[in-house]
Amino acid sequence: MLGLNKKDSTLLIVVAVLTLFAPFILNPFPADSALAQFNAGYPDLMQRFVVFGIFAIGFNILFGLTGYLSFGHAAFLGIGSYAAVWVFKLFTYNVVPAVILAVIIASIFALAMGYVSLRRSGIYFSILTLAFAQMMFALAYSVLSNPKFNLTNGETGLQVYADDPQMFHRAGLPDLPHLFGLSMRATYDLDIGAWSFSFNAGYYLCAVVMMVVFYLSIRIFRSPFGMMLRAIKSNQTRLNYTGLSPRPYALAAFVISGAYAGLAGGLMAAMDPLAGAERMQWTASGEVVLMTILGGTGTLIGPVLGAGFIKYFENIFSKINDAVLHQWFAFLPDGMEDFVVFIIHPFVGKGWHLTLGILFMLVVIFLPGGLVEGGQRLGKWIKSRGKSEETDKAKIEPAE
Amino acid sequence: MDSILLQILNGLDKGSAYALIALGLTLIFGTLGVVNFAHGAIFMLGAFCAVTLSKVLQLSFVTIDETKKDFLGNPLKVETPYVEAWFGPEIGASIIDWAVPLSILLAIPVMIALGLLMERGLIKHFYKREHADQILVTFGLAIVLQEIVKYYFGANPIQTPPPDALLGVANLGAWFGLDLPYPIWRIVYFCFAALIIFAVFAFLQFTTFGMVVRAGMADRETVGLLGINIDRRFTIMFAIAACVAGLAGVMYAPINPPNYHMGMDFLVLSFVVVVVGGMGSLPGAVLAGFLLGILESFASTTWATTTIPGINQIIIYLVAIIVLLTRPRGLMGRKGVMEE
Repeated sequence: MLGLNKKDSTLLIVVAVLTLFAPFILNPFPADSALAQFNAGYPDLMQRFVVFGIFAIGFNILFGLTGYLSFGHAAFLGIGSYAAVWVFKLFTYNVVPAVILAVIIASIFALAMGYVSLRRSGIYFSILTLAFAQMMFALAYSVLSNPKFNLTNGETGLQVYADDPQMFHRAGLPDLPHLFGLSMRATYDLDIGAWSFSFNAGYYLCAVVMMVVFYLSIRIFRSPFGMMLRAIKSNQTRLNYTGLSPRPYALAAFVISGAYAGLAGGLMAAMDPLAGAERMQWTASGEVVLMTILGGTGTLIGPVLGAGFIKYFENIFSKINDAVLHQWFAFLPDGMEDFVVFIIHPFVGKGWHLTLGILFMLVVIFLPGGLVEGGQRLGKWIKSRGKSEETDKAKIEPAE
Repeated sequence: MDSILLQILNGLDKGSAYALIALGLTLIFGTLGVVNFAHGAIFMLGAFCAVTLSKVLQLSFVTIDETKKDFLGNPLKVETPYVEAWFGPEIGASIIDWAVPLSILLAIPVMIALGLLMERGLIKHFYKREHADQILVTFGLAIVLQEIVKYYFGANPIQTPPPDALLGVANLGAWFGLDLPYPIWRIVYFCFAALIIFAVFAFLQFTTFGMVVRAGMADRETVGLLGINIDRRFTIMFAIAACVAGLAGVMYAPINPPNYHMGMDFLVLSFVVVVVGGMGSLPGAVLAGFLLGILESFASTTWATTTIPGINQIIIYLVAIIVLLTRPRGLMGRKGVMEE
């Protein structure tokens, strides 16, 4: 199907089904039950899942395939957001030109940054990208928001005001980002018994875009170009000896991943027409690295899983407070209950980042392949356990 | 003339901090070959050592003084720090006053213990893995340390004043007929940094231990073959590097009120400093630290910021990019260190 082999088509279909039915899948608990806080099927969060999924898929094309660890990809996300909001401000609230421009501008920046950064590799590359991104962050945060030339609106963030020109805006169109008249905030709520599901136009736009870019990423992974990128990761010297220069390929990968980041940034602005400099800070770049590693570097589905995982638990963990904990552990004896709550307290609510850091370290130490590797190991273990009764003695330990 | 000298002086204190952190990073990189993204967090923990000690010293008990009344007519509650009760009011007050310099004594064992723990517990297992993995795991560790500090100390910067005697401004130029007002604590910081840098270099140059470490940096395998347990020495060097960064943090607390993310802010810049100085070159790290500190202070003058807006924000990164592209090994980098 679509030039994919059977395994990849299955994967694409699975992803498509998951994203299209996400409002159902993510809302497994009735709306008024105690478990409703584990529901993730509301538009804002689902949009974040897919937007960061796109970002991580793009990052994985660079990091997963070529092994170049960029610490500055959030800069492209921020640039994409700024570009999109500027389109909203100057021309129209229609998201199509905004997102297209976001991708183009981000690619141009990626081309410039990649051209310079890719002259070095390894740790130098990481530091160069970090330096570039920090530079852009500093510029966006302070300098480009002076009254004479206000490009980014500094700390407040760039947003659309009532007196902006919006040349192509007509009276009939919604005063929010829209797709040819269909507002991105338009939500259809479906109530079935105790369950309530919401279908949001913005989410479905992002989901469709994500499926398209996911398909593109599969094609890149399976193409000769993708092979070339893998060759850069596995042995650059040998690649040089065969008479090929790795740099144009790496640059292409860098620009592609920058364009993905710009797309994610543009969509983010399309969901909520606001762009702030903090999106470009290097902690934001660290977050996408985290998503990719956590999911599984160099695998197709890994980054999407990682992005979903982190955003879901960020949401859930930040919501848990002491009252909720006390409610959960109410079955324990009094002293015990307080003690357990006391132990868990630093890791939830505002302490979510602590949990994230620990989780990240554990994954890097014990599971370098991320969730995907974890899943594979689990699968193997279950399989081997089923067989083990008859083949236990014949089992051969693989050599390290 | 005066203003130029003043800018150089202004650059020195930040430059000292960069130089100390970069020195530690280079020590770790040169000995263990590990890129330590948690080094900034160690700097931050050092600053919080100072905060902790000054808070602990100010712990006090409340007594009710019947003779005095507060404005509501109730007996006045007097808070007396335990230290003052133990050592008498005058010595006690001066101990509290000198909390920041005293926390050096606290920071040294804490930082050495932390360094040993980090190296033996975590980084040891990452020697054979890729640089990317080392970056990632130490990055994770930095997040964890930072969040722990945030949990206990809150997200706001905590004012930590220097001793009263060192508060205020000295006119350095008075001897030469120049007008150079300069905060005393910054002079102290610079002298302290210079002392530590000197001590580290002297340690490496003039002791047998230092000689072995230098030999190990040049050729680890051969030193190992000569029957020297180089791993243990490198572990100690890691602890020393942690100690250098920690002390830099302790003394920096009065200059810039510590908050939980100060380490990350400094780390990014220190990496840039290391790269500019030349990966693996200790004099390079120190030189580049001071150079970039001074450059940054020149870029912050009104003249520079009106000529090129925002130059003070980006100058360091700009220099780094230019250096990396024109002189990939950095100012004083040696051949064969971290070459691709």
